[in-house]
Parts: sequence; C-alpha cells; structure tokens
Amino acid sequence: MTHPPVASNPGPKVRVVTLKIDDHDVGARETDSILEIAHANGIRIPALCYLDGLSTWGACRLCMVEIEGVSKPVSACSTTASEGMKITTNSERLKRYRRMILELLFAERNHVCSVCVSNGHCELQDLAAECGMDHVRVPYRNATYNIDSSHDLFRVDHNRCVVCTRCVRVCDEIEGAHTWDVMGRGVNCQVITDLNQPWGDSQSCTSCGKCVQVCPTGALVKKGTAAGEMEKHDDFVPYLAQMRKRQ
Amino acid sequence: MNLEDLSDITEEVAEAAKSRRHCVRVCMAASCQSCGSGEVLEGLQAQAKQNADDDVCIKPVGCMGLCSAGPLVSVDSDQPATELLYQDVTADDTEELYRSLDDDPLERLRCRTDVPFFSRQQKIVLRNSGIIDPEQIDDYIAAGGYRSLMRAVTEMTREDVLREVKESGLRGRGGGGYPAGLKWATVAMAPEPHKYVICNADEGDPGAFMDRAVLESDPHRVLEGMALAGYAVGAEHAYIYIRAEYPLAVERLKTAIKQATKKGLLGRRICETAHSFEVEVRLGAGAFVCGEETALMASIEGQRGQPRPRPPYPAEEGLWKCPTLINNVETLANIPAIVGKGGAWFKSIGTERSTGTKVFALAGRIANSGLIEVPMGIPLGEIVNEIGGGIPDGRRFKAVQTGGPSGGCLPEQYLDMPVEYDTLRSAGSIMGSGGMIVMDETSSMVDVARYFMEFCMDESCGKCVPCRAGTVQLYGLLDKIADGEATPSDLELLEELCDVVQATSLCGLGQTAPNPVLSTLRYFRHEYEEKLRPESERMPRMQIVTLDD
Repeated sequence: MTHPPVASNPGPKVRVVTLKIDDHDVGARETDSILEIAHANGIRIPALCYLDGLSTWGACRLCMVEIEGVSKPVSACSTTASEGMKITTNSERLKRYRRMILELLFAERNHVCSVCVSNGHCELQDLAAECGMDHVRVPYRNATYNIDSSHDLFRVDHNRCVVCTRCVRVCDEIEGAHTWDVMGRGVNCQVITDLNQPWGDSQSCTSCGKCVQVCPTGALVKKGTAAGEMEKHDDFVPYLAQMRKRQ
Repeated sequence: MNLEDLSDITEEVAEAAKSRRHCVRVCMAASCQSCGSGEVLEGLQAQAKQNADDDVCIKPVGCMGLCSAGPLVSVDSDQPATELLYQDVTADDTEELYRSLDDDPLERLRCRTDVPFFSRQQKIVLRNSGIIDPEQIDDYIAAGGYRSLMRAVTEMTREDVLREVKESGLRGRGGGGYPAGLKWATVAMAPEPHKYVICNADEGDPGAFMDRAVLESDPHRVLEGMALAGYAVGAEHAYIYIRAEYPLAVERLKTAIKQATKKGLLGRRICETAHSFEVEVRLGAGAFVCGEETALMASIEGQRGQPRPRPPYPAEEGLWKCPTLINNVETLANIPAIVGKGGAWFKSIGTERSTGTKVFALAGRIANSGLIEVPMGIPLGEIVNEIGGGIPDGRRFKAVQTGGPSGGCLPEQYLDMPVEYDTLRSAGSIMGSGGMIVMDETSSMVDVARYFMEFCMDESCGKCVPCRAGTVQLYGLLDKIADGEATPSDLELLEELCDVVQATSLCGLGQTAPNPVLSTLRYFRHEYEEKLRPESERMPRMQIVTLDD
C-alpha cells in the first residue's frame, strides 16, 4: 500500500505498535487495520469488499484472521492493531472458511465465467483460484436476476453482483453523487440506482464510471465489451481519497 | 415536583381508594384485549353507571400474567394471594359479575390463585403490572414510582447511582448478559459532552412478549429507569426504539412521556434540578436485525438498519458518533428498584453470577402460557412443570426452546438445571430476552430448527456473505432433511455450514443463527439421522405439529 507523503500538519499523535503477522515482526500505527498492515508488509490476506481508499465495510468476511488469545476469528479490515498481537492469516480453519464463503457466493447468483465479460479479470474468480475453491458443494440457487442496460455507457448485471457495495461507497465517498444504494434484505438485497429507477434515467449519475472500475466482478461493466474483454483499474481510488481529505 | 408533591399524590390516591367500596381491575394488555377484554371493561363500566355507584371503580390495568386464561378480571385486593381473580370473562358475564361484587364470588369464572403460577413468582419488574392503570401517572407515583429518580437527582451523586447498579450485579436482560454496571461506567467515563441513552424495545424473537407487556403495563417504570441511566452517565437525550407492531405499547409510552414531562419528571430541568432528560420515541419498521445495537442506532440515524463491525462499541462511539448507553426494556425496568432499595438488596435475589429476577414469556405446549417473573437460578423444571402447569393433553415433555432464533433447545435432562446465564450457555442455549417455547413429544426437532432458520433467513439484513448466503443454504438443507430427501453428506455439509456461519458472520444475528440447529443436533441427532434413512426403514411417522398453529 502506498501512502502519499505526510502533509505539514501531522494531525493528532498516533502511537506506533509492533505485532506479529504469520511470524513476521511488523511495526504499524495503532490506527491501521490488520489488513492494511499486512498488505503494506507484503503479506496477502484475501478480501473482496475492502478497497484501499474507501471506507471499511466488513461484509465479505474473507479477510478473517485469528488473533492469539481471541476465540473467534476477526475481520482484518475492521480490526485495528495493538501492541504484541499475534496474528495468523492462513490456518487450515481459515482456509476452510474462505473456501466455504466463496462457495456460498458462487452459488448465490449466476456467476458463469466462460461467458462473462470479466472472465480472466475478475476478483471473485481470482479469489476462488487463490483459495483453492475448485468446486461448489452447496446447491446453486439459479435465481433470476435482471440486467439493466439503460445507461448509454455502462451496464449492470445483477447476476454477477456480490453486493460488496464498493460501487455504493465510491459513488458516495469519492464522486459525491450517491447514485447507488442497496435495497431489500437478506438474499434479496440488490444495488439500485437512485430510487430503483433505470440507470439510464438516473438524475444523480454523473456517468463518471468509477463504480464500474471498482466493481470486483462483471456486475458493472462498460458496454461494448465481449467475453473476457472487461479490464478494470481501481488504483486511482487511494489518490482521489487522499486528495479529497486535503481539501 | 419534589418529594413532598409525590407524597401528596400518593396520599390523594390512597384517600380515593379508601372511599371506594370496590375496585375491579380489567386486564387491558394486548393479549386480553385480543380476546375481548375491551368489551368486558365497557360492560362493567356500563353496569356501574346504570347502578349509579360512584364508589365502585372499574379500572383498566396491565398484564396479569396468565394470558392463556384471559380476559382476566380481579376484584379488590391487589395481592395475588388474597385476590379474587376471574378468568375467561366475556361481555355477557359482566352483569352477573357486577352483581356478585357485594355477594358471594362467582365460582363459575373463578381462577385459582393459590397455584404455583402465582405463588412461586417474585416480582420486581412486573410489580405494578396488572395493578396500576398504565395510563395514569398518579397510580405509578402512588405505587412508589419516581421516588428513586427524585432521590437520585436531589440527594445522590452520579457515582452513587453507578455504585448501586454495579453492586447489584445486574446483567443485560436483552440476551447478551453483559454487566449493566460496567456498561454504564464505560459511558459515564467517556469525556464527550453529548451522550445518549437508548432503550431497546425492538423485541423480535418469535414467542417472546416480555418487553411488550412491561411497556403496556408499567411504562413509567421504564422511563424512570432511563432517566436514572441518563443521570448516572451524564446523558440528556434518550430514544426508545420500539417496533411499530406494538401499537398499544407505543401509545401508552407516548402518553406516559407526555404525563411525566408535564409533571416535570422528564424534559428540561427535571425535579427542579439542573439535569435535563428528554425522551423521544422511534418506531422500528419491522426488521429483526434492528434489535442488534449497531443496526438499531443506524436506524435511528435514518440509515439502512444494518450492523457495523464492533469495536468501536456504542459506549465509545454510538449514536451520531457520541457515547451511547443502550439497554433493553427489562434491564432499565429493574433500575428504579435497584436505586430505591440498593444494589445489595438486588444482589441477594437470584444466584451469585446471575442476580435478580427474570421475566419469561411461556408459550407453546404448556398449560399456563403467559408472563412470569422468577428469581434467577430457579430450576428449569420448576418453570415448566409447576409454574407452567406442565404439558397439556397428557403428552410428554420433549424440549424447551430458550433465547429465540439465537438460542437452543434443551431436552429433559436439563430440567434440573438452574436457569442462569452461564448454565444455559454451557448447555448450548442462551438466556436470550426471555422467550420460552415448550415442545412436547409430537414436535419434530428438525421442523423446529427449520422454522428458526427460515426466520433468520428472512430477517438477515444481507450485509455479510455468511449470513445472507449461508442461512439460505442452511434452510435449504434443513428443508431437504425434513422432507426425507437428504443424504448423510447433506448432514455433514449442514454441520460445516453451521460452523462457518457461526464463526464468520458480522453481527450477533448471524453468529447465533445456527444455534437452533446445533443444539437440536447435539440432543436430538437421532431425529436427523432417522430422516436420512430410506423411507421403508423409518419409524412410523408421528403427527407433526409445527409452531405456527
């Protein structure tokens, strides 16, 4: 993770702590989350809803890690560091949990990689490969989801959505439009534009396309892409987030 | 308002009571109202008017406990041991009942009060329930109400109040059992100037109705508890988050707030001191997850009712990022008695690690369904067989479900177990908010687990993956097992999924959603395995009774 240089006003004093992640001794500010510290030190923790530069959401539960002395695993994105913590990121138990969570995601909606425009550039697909999820044991739900192609440039395909709410957060926190939100509950949750109006009719959408770039799967895509052609770039988000903070 | 004014009101009410020949109390809580107590009240009032009896008082009161025998009417005495209690009263009975007031009791409708249901109870929270008129603040004051608050704000320091609550050993009655004193002290210590008190009245467990009954029967007790909490932690604003499905409780609560504000017991500069305490009612729109504290606060803020990761805990960063004390209705209803009689008195009731009393809502296959309050540590069997009157129709007891969708089912061998936070947890269930659903031999435990899983699936907010997508799969598997179409590998998968959902879900709802499955698997695994066998090898099917009917 890259941080732009500290501004002249250092802000409130933050303590520095040392902790251990998978036998690596690391130092960190106590306001940093375990996930940020791990990534800054080159230790990979799988995550889906987390995106550097956006607020913490803590919903995908893939970044669960074990802390010595704490009985339940905790989500690395929402837990801050403290002195002397001993963290395990890759125990057999955690690997099992991650595989099952991915299986649940694949079975929840219709993720058909071979015909997906994001095939080969999809974070969900990459995570499945990384975590060794090679088959799904729970039954596929095979529910019907809509596709909204009403926007001139973009398309939303709810079949591929994992409800990570990156689009909701980037639109609200970075672009400031708050076009996206979530409606419904439980398995019927769905991201919507404005008051569940067609995206093309949205009054608030600025067509900036940030939501498309941060979407980890093929749910939000540019129109005119064929299978495997939709590549996304979300590395602008941390810089924009920093710039917004300085204003 | 000062202590003298309170005494004046008490005397006035006592004076009025003395001049009365009879006082007839009619239960007007939601349960009795639903079986026609409104008409009974009107009938009796019409009789009094017809006979021009000014000295007979017909009084609407709150829940008397034995909901299964409603509508209930009590005559004269306010002590259950000596009172004359009538059950199943209808509008047609009112004339006869009224005539019997100066005559022999009406044996036909009489409800015995010398039974364990009444004699084994010990009432703190429900002390005024069924005795005072919940819509008359004077009744509450005459029963000793608002004295604790008055004394606290005029004679005690904040630390004194905190000390009493800490000493009482009171633990959160909403389900978690977190020590109330510790929570209060954390909020009190927070340096921020703005703090909030929230009363969580979003009672959502199927089969639980304790908070509703308390709010319908004695709303001022909860308000007094909140005001004491506000004084102790230094909060001047409070919210009561109550579900909109409780219209009667909402109405009575609003009346109570208005009355208390008018008397200067709530609002600005309460009891003529510098301390202010303003209470606002917020209605929940029917989401179970909004009973989870972080989701509840999001809902009050006008956001989508979804939990967020903790820490930060509400005591540190709660409503609008201010330190917030959030307690359940029953927890707060205990406070006036604790401050009034002292923490040591409260600690003397119950057991060492679970002090005081607990209100339980008895439901399901049990003779006396209704509301009870018993000291902590009472054996489970005593609640079911003696207070509850056992299982009707000569059937056998099978299990009792405590803690709602987050709890578990306890079989026969736990009937001797004392009811405490820690014993229940070690047995694989939880205290929960106090719902107790009794099941007899005709209940299928797989169906019970499926019922609760369906509930959790419908009520999942959809934020975190294990709860959103996991409960759906768990329900599907349970459905398959219940229909006898599952294989042993499905049972394995069920157990693995339970582990994942329990360990990785974001909030308490998801983390505890597998509990009904895990506890039934622990004690009634044979019922699951029975369903896995080919149909020809299965035991003859018993009549299955679901919880819905």
